Amino acid sequence: MSRSAKPSWELKLYVAGQTSKSLLAFANLKRICEEHLAGEYHIEVVDLSKNPQLARGDQILALPTLVRKLPEPVRKIIGDLSNTERVLVGLDLRPRTAKAGS
Amino acid sequence: MRPRRSRTPHPDSSSRALPKCPTGIHGLDEITLGGLPRGRPTLVCGGAGCGKTLLGMEFLVRGALDFDEPGVCLSFEESAEELATNMASLGFDVAGLVARKKLVIDHVYIERSLIEEAGEYDLEALFLRLGLAVDSIGARRVLLDSVEALFAGLEDEAVLRSELRRLFRWLKGRKLTTIVTGERGQDTLTRHGLEEYISDCVIVLDHQITESVLTRRLRVVKYRGSTHGTNEYPFLIEADGLSVLPVTSIDLKHTASNQRISTGVPALDTMLGGKGYFRASSILVSGTAGTGKTSLASHFVDAACARGERCAYFSFEESPNQIVRNMRSVGIHLQRWVDRGLLHFHAARPTTFGLEMHLVRIHKVIKDFNPSVVVVDPVTALLHSGSISQAKSMLLRLIDYLKQQQITALLTTLTSGADAQEQTAANISSLVDSWLLLRDIESGGERNRGLYILKARGIAHSNQIREFLLTSHGAQLRDVYLGDAGLLTGSARVTQEAKDASAALAARQEIERRQLLVKHRRKALEAQIGALQLETETEEQESRQLIEQERRKVSKLEQDRGDMAKSRSASARDGKTRGGRG
Repeated sequence: MSRSAKPSWELKLYVAGQTSKSLLAFANLKRICEEHLAGEYHIEVVDLSKNPQLARGDQILALPTLVRKLPEPVRKIIGDLSNTERVLVGLDLRPRTAKAGS
Repeated sequence: MRPRRSRTPHPDSSSRALPKCPTGIHGLDEITLGGLPRGRPTLVCGGAGCGKTLLGMEFLVRGALDFDEPGVCLSFEESAEELATNMASLGFDVAGLVARKKLVIDHVYIERSLIEEAGEYDLEALFLRLGLAVDSIGARRVLLDSVEALFAGLEDEAVLRSELRRLFRWLKGRKLTTIVTGERGQDTLTRHGLEEYISDCVIVLDHQITESVLTRRLRVVKYRGSTHGTNEYPFLIEADGLSVLPVTSIDLKHTASNQRISTGVPALDTMLGGKGYFRASSILVSGTAGTGKTSLASHFVDAACARGERCAYFSFEESPNQIVRNMRSVGIHLQRWVDRGLLHFHAARPTTFGLEMHLVRIHKVIKDFNPSVVVVDPVTALLHSGSISQAKSMLLRLIDYLKQQQITALLTTLTSGADAQEQTAANISSLVDSWLLLRDIESGGERNRGLYILKARGIAHSNQIREFLLTSHGAQLRDVYLGDAGLLTGSARVTQEAKDASAALAARQEIERRQLLVKHRRKALEAQIGALQLETETEEQESRQLIEQERRKVSKLEQDRGDMAKSRSASARDGKTRGGRG
């Protein structure tokens, strides 16, 4: 995927409280973004244990869930994001077909 | 609205056993003896399109409307709008309930292709969403429809299963009465083995097609800690929701009325102990074609309407118009009762629906119209839209239901040949209280109608066969003549009646003649006696006169003699006297 177009990335990470999974997910996301999208991203962490009504709008089911709001289309990645390859695929930073090869 | 819904749960289940949560679904609470296990999940499974979602939604809607128990629907398949539209077709105002905070519908949408799984996760957000929805309206009931969609949406089955286990535990912990729907699997109750997690109550829905007619069925496979009806119960999805029909009412304890109501034919009332049928009893009128079953039924309806009672007339052969026209020819005017709203006709071809559908239609009309008299004409038409055993059980349910509602039912059956007639009718005759048989009596080149009462439970009834006449002013019953040549009906009876009448006249005249004769003789005798008396009196009179005359003569003579002696004594008293004497 070409990185020349460089749109601004808007990411939302849905978690529930400071669980180990949510902390891990945030750390993983931060790392991946720094690596691949340095300076072009914005992460918003949504704590559903404080605002459960927000789960409905983005159809959140599993936690943690990362939602790529921008660029469109909206994409969702669930889990603690420890599988970097799949996070990159989910964010369309890696072509899906290249999944096996890389 | 529905009288049976407010019924208290079965005494066995109320006190010590499991508390139950009435669903409000017509018939389901009877089968489960009070409802679903309160505060626990119930699994409802079945194939596609068998009514799982509907059952679940009706559980929520009725809970909100009738039991003041708000509900939450977590829909994994249909959106809130779709659900609302579907339920609106059944007369449920889902949007209204949502607006009144009696119902929350949360559409949980999962699309596998849009979700990438990268690492460990749980379904905490689902719990949060459910918890929020439950808390927002104080819900007591939950529907998860169908939670199996999660299996299609998420890859990690191990996580899913442990999360489901946690979900059901959570629901139990919150004491939420829950319905979980599941698609039926190949060999298992549900495709993904949900029955592993839900062990309290399992209901299976099914549909079968027999002779091109769809019959939906419901069965309670398991109900831990409670007895329940174990049969397969037919159910229907109707304009006002689901109706489950218990095959037989669980208890046979309808109250029997002592009130009697007229049959509409005075002579028939006389045959039935002078008062007619029992109220809330079931009457079977059987007979071959053209024996007057409909006329007899119409008389009954006419009499009931004249008392101001409501009648529902289910016709499976004639249109309402035709019945009204035909009955006018025998002097029964039904149209006036229709106009006054006392008589409702419901006509349908027997083949239009399956047996169950007919039964439910009848139930619905009875529920809405609340009649005190129901006529099904002919009930045999229904027997053709199912097997005999199905039809019999259906009729049994119908009769049971009518009795429970204290409705007097008159069913007609069309019988064919002379031999088959009692046999066919016998299939249902044990279910009815009174059985009138109309039959053809053929004699003297004529075909006439005869009526007799085969049975009438609890009524001292006539054992005679009566001739049944349809005249321009209604049905009439006549005594049948038992002559030397057997039964006399029709013209033969009329001839016999004429003969009898003339014989009676002759006898009467003879008696009069004799009475007159006796009178005359007496008069003659009296006259004779009078004459003789008169004669005697005359004779006596004459005799007395003669005696008197004689007496006078004697006294005259003596006087004369005295006078003479006096005159003689003046000259020669002795001589003259002597001389005079000589």
